[in-house]
Amino acid sequence: MTGTVFLQQLMNGVSLGSLYALLAIGYTLVYGILGLINFAHSDVFMLGTYFAFFMMVIFMLPWWLSIIIGVALCALVGVSIERVAYRPLRNAPRISALITAVGVSFFIENLGLVTVGARPKGFPRPPLMKNIYMLAGARIQGVTFWVPLISVAILILLFYIVYKTKMGMAMRAVAKDLETTRLMGVNVDKVIMYTFALGSALAGAGGIMWAFKYPQINPLMGVFPGWKAFTAAVVGGIGNVVGAMMGGFIIGISEIMIVAFFPHLSGYRDAFVFTILIIFLLVKPGGIMGEAQREKV
Amino acid sequence: MERDTRINLFLTFCLFGLLLLGIWLAENNLNSYLIRVFNTACIYIVAASAYNLINGITGQFSLGPNAFMAIGGYTVALLMLPVAQKQQVYFLKPLIWPFSAFSFPPYLFVAALFIGGLLAALFALLIGVPTLRLRGDYLAIATFGFGEIVVVLANNLIPLTNGALGIKGIPEYTNLWWTAGWAFWTVFVIKSLVNSSYGRALKAIREDEIAAEAMGVNLFRSKLMAFAISGFFAGVAGGLFVTLISTVSPTLFTFTMTFNLLIIIVLGGLGSITGSTITAVIFAFMQELLREVEAPHTIGPWTFPGIPGMRMVVFAALLVVLMIFYRRGLFGSRELSWQMVIDWLKGRRRA
Repeated sequence: MTGTVFLQQLMNGVSLGSLYALLAIGYTLVYGILGLINFAHSDVFMLGTYFAFFMMVIFMLPWWLSIIIGVALCALVGVSIERVAYRPLRNAPRISALITAVGVSFFIENLGLVTVGARPKGFPRPPLMKNIYMLAGARIQGVTFWVPLISVAILILLFYIVYKTKMGMAMRAVAKDLETTRLMGVNVDKVIMYTFALGSALAGAGGIMWAFKYPQINPLMGVFPGWKAFTAAVVGGIGNVVGAMMGGFIIGISEIMIVAFFPHLSGYRDAFVFTILIIFLLVKPGGIMGEAQREKV
Repeated sequence: MERDTRINLFLTFCLFGLLLLGIWLAENNLNSYLIRVFNTACIYIVAASAYNLINGITGQFSLGPNAFMAIGGYTVALLMLPVAQKQQVYFLKPLIWPFSAFSFPPYLFVAALFIGGLLAALFALLIGVPTLRLRGDYLAIATFGFGEIVVVLANNLIPLTNGALGIKGIPEYTNLWWTAGWAFWTVFVIKSLVNSSYGRALKAIREDEIAAEAMGVNLFRSKLMAFAISGFFAGVAGGLFVTLISTVSPTLFTFTMTFNLLIIIVLGGLGSITGSTITAVIFAFMQELLREVEAPHTIGPWTFPGIPGMRMVVFAALLVVLMIFYRRGLFGSRELSWQMVIDWLKGRRRA
């Protein structure tokens, strides 16, 4: 493998990793606050691409406006899911909440299959994403260049929100201890709503950029990216935003490298990540950035 | 008490006799479509009660029964498929050695089912040893991951599974006697297990792991045992399913299968084996009834286009609504007993 090819693969890995990172942060935020795996998160990711697709193809809106509307609609969907399905179960046993999350995910996927059909649709790419750039002798397509750049910009914005704003502080407080935060006079419901909006918006943005990268969209497209991003969140230490980002890059780069170095194993690509997941859960269930958790008696 | 037990036993035998008569009548009189629905119902009973043992009784949220069903299904398919048929099916790449050389004669069908079940149980042990140390949600993801790995392997291990094309022409050995027999046997075994001291240990784990451990329950061994038994019956269900529809392919055992079983055990009440049994039958028929909704209809001057796939939307919505408004399901964690039936009848008469 020559240096140029390696550089190209690394760029691919970073760009895939940044998308996993965007998606992983949504999982981690919700898990940090509610202790719930939001199975429907990967479907919000899928919905984002369809919203943007319809805006561009049916309503003929310019691509940047379509993206903004798509992301906003995703935030709305995230908040509605929380309101309708998760809030009534906030004090219910864990298993009920988990089953509900699986149900919501399955509902969105199948509703998608019924309404838009299982056939993949081509996603239009704006010219910005199609341009070819030359970098150190490697031909790099616009998407490979812009997708990680935009993702990193979004990540910086997110870190600003989580660590510098008042709402971010409230989110971190709720994650630490929901009841005490409520006693301190924080409107916990509002914070949770905000978290879902933020996470879902990130998922939507991630989905749209995913569609720029792999311009084929279908109602089940979120399943594998979702699980890989979840793995990334676990690898990084679930509940930890920095960890989710690191995990995203680790999973993205290693996935690309495995396929690049062992092309004959590419059919097993999706199985690798689950193997990583199971190994990580066994060796270091807290993840890289996670704190060791003690069980309360 | 003594008298009650005798009455219960008598009623159970009567019900059993009625069931035998029912199967005999059904096999001889019903059309093949209805028989097929009943067969499917019985297979769901096997798979759902097995799934309920781990999810409802032991309280370990597993999302992997589809993987165990797939292992059982493929094993039975490979064992029962005639050699000539094997050469015909595997045209992409020839089938690997031990399986390509032999196939079981029809009278060894039950042995094939057992082997399929045992293999699934073995995999349950293998995957259980590492993952059952994990708590709640982590177990869910790990088992889901295992399920997906099995589907990916079924798609890619072409010399063994024939890839995405699947295996066709598996002899249709399954009939109502087989499926109903296995359904009865499964419910009997799992019920006996649940009522034994092991079963009480499993329920203790569900209620509070730490307290159970403090009372001397070996958490890991108990969970592993429940997981393996659950895996065994899931494997058998997979084998029955494959010989019922005479074909196996990776799409048969995707997450949708797990989802169906989840619906059944939630609807029946997590932890109620009789609940799973009854809802398995309801579910099999509901699936067929909703198929009717999916077909295009003409009522008077209007034609309604059918919406294929609507079933799963309805089921998913049903699951969410059940969880929010009626978490207990039909029976909660109670079992349907004769006493309940008698009380219910008395209540009805008085009213």
